[in-house]
Amino acid sequence: MSDDKITLEIDGRLCTAVPGEMIIAVADREGIAIPRFCYHEKLSIAANCRMCLVEAEQGGRPFPKPVPACATPVNDGMKVLTRSKKALDAQRGTMEFLLINHPLDCPICDQGGECELQDVSMGYGEDVSRFSERKRVVKDEDLGPLIATEMTRCIHCTRCVRFGAEIAGLRELGATGRGEDMRIGTFVERTVAHELSGNIIDLCPVGALTSKPYRFTARAWELTSEESIAPHDSVGSNLRLHIRGSQVMRVHPRDNEAVNECWISDRDRFSYEGLSSPERLTEPLLKRNGQWQTVDWQEALHAALEALQAPGPDQLGCLISPTATLEEQYLLQRLVRTLGSDHIDTRLRQQDFRGDAADPTFPWLGLPIAELEQQQGVLLIGSDLRQEQPLLAHRLRMAALDGATIALLNPYALALNHASLQLVAAPPALASELRALSQVLGKPVQGATVEISDRHRQIATALQAAGKAGQGLVLLGALAEADPDYSLIRALAAALAETAECRLGFLAAAANSIGSRLAGSLPHRLPGGAAPKRPGLDAQAMLTDPRQGYLLWGLEPDRDFADPSLAMAALRSAKQVVACSHFKSAALDEVADVLLPISAFAETAGTFVNAEGRWQRFQGAVAPAGDARPGWKVLRVLGTMLEFDGFGQNNAREVHDEVAHACSGLAPDNRLSDARALTAITERSAPSAGALTRIGNLPIYASDALVRHAPALQRTPLAESLAVYLHPQQAADLGLTEGDQVRLIQGAGSHSGSGSVGDNAAAKEARAPVVLDDRIALGCTRIPAGVDGSEALGPIIGPVRIEKIGA
Amino acid sequence: MAENQNTVCFRTMHLDARVRHTLESYRSVGGYRQWERILREKPDPDQLINEVKTSALRGRGGAGFPTGLKWSFMPRSKPDQKYIVCNSDEGEPGTCKDRDIMRYNPHQLIEGMAIAGYCIGATIGYNYIRGEFYEPIARFDEALEEAYAAGLLGKELLGSSIDFDLYTHLGAGAYICGEETALLESLEGKKGQPRFKPPFPAQAGLYGKPTTINNTESLASVPVILEKGGQWFLEQGRPNNGGPKLFSVTGHVARPDNFEIPLGTPFRDLLEMAGGVSGGRALKAVIPGGSSVPVVPGDVMLTTDMDYDSITKAGSMLGSGAVIVIAEGTCMVKVLANLAHFYAHESCGQCTPCREGTGWLARVLDRMLAGQGRTQDLDLLDNVAGRIGGRTICALGDAAAMPVQSFLKHYRFEFEYLVEHGRPLVEAA
Repeated sequence: MSDDKITLEIDGRLCTAVPGEMIIAVADREGIAIPRFCYHEKLSIAANCRMCLVEAEQGGRPFPKPVPACATPVNDGMKVLTRSKKALDAQRGTMEFLLINHPLDCPICDQGGECELQDVSMGYGEDVSRFSERKRVVKDEDLGPLIATEMTRCIHCTRCVRFGAEIAGLRELGATGRGEDMRIGTFVERTVAHELSGNIIDLCPVGALTSKPYRFTARAWELTSEESIAPHDSVGSNLRLHIRGSQVMRVHPRDNEAVNECWISDRDRFSYEGLSSPERLTEPLLKRNGQWQTVDWQEALHAALEALQAPGPDQLGCLISPTATLEEQYLLQRLVRTLGSDHIDTRLRQQDFRGDAADPTFPWLGLPIAELEQQQGVLLIGSDLRQEQPLLAHRLRMAALDGATIALLNPYALALNHASLQLVAAPPALASELRALSQVLGKPVQGATVEISDRHRQIATALQAAGKAGQGLVLLGALAEADPDYSLIRALAAALAETAECRLGFLAAAANSIGSRLAGSLPHRLPGGAAPKRPGLDAQAMLTDPRQGYLLWGLEPDRDFADPSLAMAALRSAKQVVACSHFKSAALDEVADVLLPISAFAETAGTFVNAEGRWQRFQGAVAPAGDARPGWKVLRVLGTMLEFDGFGQNNAREVHDEVAHACSGLAPDNRLSDARALTAITERSAPSAGALTRIGNLPIYASDALVRHAPALQRTPLAESLAVYLHPQQAADLGLTEGDQVRLIQGAGSHSGSGSVGDNAAAKEARAPVVLDDRIALGCTRIPAGVDGSEALGPIIGPVRIEKIGA
Repeated sequence: MAENQNTVCFRTMHLDARVRHTLESYRSVGGYRQWERILREKPDPDQLINEVKTSALRGRGGAGFPTGLKWSFMPRSKPDQKYIVCNSDEGEPGTCKDRDIMRYNPHQLIEGMAIAGYCIGATIGYNYIRGEFYEPIARFDEALEEAYAAGLLGKELLGSSIDFDLYTHLGAGAYICGEETALLESLEGKKGQPRFKPPFPAQAGLYGKPTTINNTESLASVPVILEKGGQWFLEQGRPNNGGPKLFSVTGHVARPDNFEIPLGTPFRDLLEMAGGVSGGRALKAVIPGGSSVPVVPGDVMLTTDMDYDSITKAGSMLGSGAVIVIAEGTCMVKVLANLAHFYAHESCGQCTPCREGTGWLARVLDRMLAGQGRTQDLDLLDNVAGRIGGRTICALGDAAAMPVQSFLKHYRFEFEYLVEHGRPLVEAA
């Protein structure tokens, strides 16, 4: 390796470099500052801003013109002068040109104080302009609710354009016009609609693209910065929270090549708005005689304890959002288990728990996140990845651009930004599709298979080839996890992975889904992953076999469950419901008896374990809203009041250390115990004749309570509302056309008519418009979950009846 | 003089004007014999390239890069598809020679492109023609049809294993698309703006494949070079300045036209061919190689010969061979303002100095002509031009800067007069 190194001189300093590296990269490594605007290490080289011009010579012969440091490869013996008279004159010249048409409206510009143009002009600009002509004015673009534009400030570095083409995979922005009239825009005046769009705000070196929600709310120098970890998907993006007083004003990415590189998803960037939502629960509340009363914490805690003890151990169920911190989950399970119950779960959107006994102890992605880019063959099963985990989708796109085969098996085809091989099948057929793939590889699995097509052969052989090279991966996503036959799909996926010599990976749905495995907040897991003597009831069983008392943590019962109707019915029938929540909601008002306000994201210290099993701790950055308290403290007090052991921790760190101790020696491992036997599980999702299967995908901005309360994200085109997506042929068979209003009948209410759920007669009826979409498999209909109106529906994946209103 | 004229690209010029562009006419002067010989004998491409090298043919589009050398850069052994692209986007103000090659002798361009394709291993050629050239486009397309019908283009030509397909592509009115890498971008259907080099087109050109781009006149010269030999071509001109060259003489002359004359012909003779300065006025200045090159005072030009090296010595460049004649009585500030507006209008907008600087230059000149000039504007113009030239991806920055600097150098007093008096020294006649 050392043979490949060359030596060059920059400003008299000897530097070592790899041949072909650009001057600017070597200088950056050496801490030699070269001004630049268009250069960005994650984007292709444009060499258009001409700010990084330097003087260079090779073999004693000077280059005739100043050369761009960003686009000039180094050679052995090269001499570079970044601050010679010639170099500085070139840099100052460019600086002057950049400023002549720039409005210099820094006092009213959001970028002021953190502007690359401003910073560089301090070093290379003049105090007085020689330009006395009229300045250019450029019409603004409407890029939607997230990105504010002031295109007159644009310096045409094209970073945003290159980001779209190269990272987002969607050419939404481009340069039109030429010369002075060149401008950056959408050309067709369409809103930017991409899950990573906010990154162009960071990329823009000037105030042309700024954050719309943050606009005019603070100046850069008023803000302090705290490190944090994103609380939504399982990437665990590293964040920097910018804070004024006790308010998170905005969120920026924090570089971590292994996790999020320098990017974050829009969900991670803009969900902070939910923290200051008027819907926040800010004081403890008690329901007395059907009326909510504000009480102090002392009274509320006593009431909560009473409510938790009243039902008796076996009648208490604890349901936790998988975005809860490791510390919260750990203390919750300790509290509930000390109360005598093992009925605790965070897998709220899972319906099939038949495979629990075979569960790996510490499931994970199957490989480090960064290695996704090196995979040569990947099969994604049941995953709308761009919606679920935007940055993992980006990693897979990079693999695809590098020639990897990315195959998908889903109930609906995805709109992807790279080449892919997609198999689309209604949920009952997902298992048969997987068997077909195994069959192609000569290892048939018992059970029905679909007819083998060329695409099956292509996918199976690509996986096998990738597997042989040690770069093959089979991934299970959120739609697979929600499937009524998840145990079977998982077993078949494991069998296929084994046959193709691919790794098996799990796309953990939420920020701390993996953490649940380690904290023991599952019915069949104790802290550190050990199994309890007898597993408790899982999330589904706690609802189908209702308990008398529930403890809910950080969730919205009408949005966060696989079957919201079932969940609400069970909670309504319970005698005591204690809810610890970040937000108020009509559903909690209805079913809870005690409401305790707990700290949300950014307001508490904690730990998330991401998809690759990386433990990431963070500190509370701002004070909790109103009278809310950090969750771990609330639990500590409850435990102490009950005089339970193990609630004496002084800080979140100590709680973390206890979990870490319990997990010492535990390594991620996806092996299922007795996977082959599981493939014999019988399918139970065969729909009755005439019924369609609902695919209740979770839209990107409906994933959890915080993001659902972030107004700007909810105004973007990616925020879906309730609708019935049908294949045009399916719609024709049902006598439906685009825009028809239909009644949706699903779950308990749909077949009982009267009886126990007769109380439900008053329940809202779900109505939604029909949208034709030829990407949907025949036999099913996509009806989003977690959105307004979905609370009246049943299982996210399960039979649904559609009736035309007025027919 | 006359026997030396029209020996290469214009060799059909003496034929009946109604039919001189046809296949039959072209064959009558020996056309397609070289291509047919190549198809029959399959000579070593290196041998052909050497012949072109011997001829000292230099790129006729303006940069003057040796054509044979350019061809030798192509990685012929690479299995990739390779392309030969003809740059007929002739947009340099003052230049109109390629237009007339396509109007009067389109087959010779086709033959030249086919031979070039053979030499560099390209089986596909594109002729990128300036979109406003209605008549030349039609002529060239007719010639293409004739050549295909005669089996001179297509697959397995004359029973050989050699393929060559040729397509026309029309520009859409951007000067910058005459820059070879901007032309490639445009050809690929993208916005025409120059690419940063390296990689050069010979490594990664059209669609990322090895590509050679030559000017129309360069390619049309090739059949004659092969027919009469590189040495003959070289001897038509001067050492290092081989061959005859087309000059488009425009501006204040009595008979503006294209002239194909040996390189090294005195400017004085060329001016005479164009009927001398119009209206019997004295010669004030000449822009000898298209609007992008420095202006040369008339008295210097009258003692200069028309070849690459002589014009360089006179302080300018031969460029594309567009000779713009400026007579006494012309306001040089207005001439420069006209040019400055052209470059501001045609800058692609990619690089900062050119995008921002060209407009600045034009605005300052406008302000001066409106009587609002300031003494410091002269140095400002010179300095701004200096900050554009040599600092951009392509040569448009230099092209915009050079006229400014040379006009100020030679005609500074006219600018000074304008600033001082608020009106030009030379008022329009």
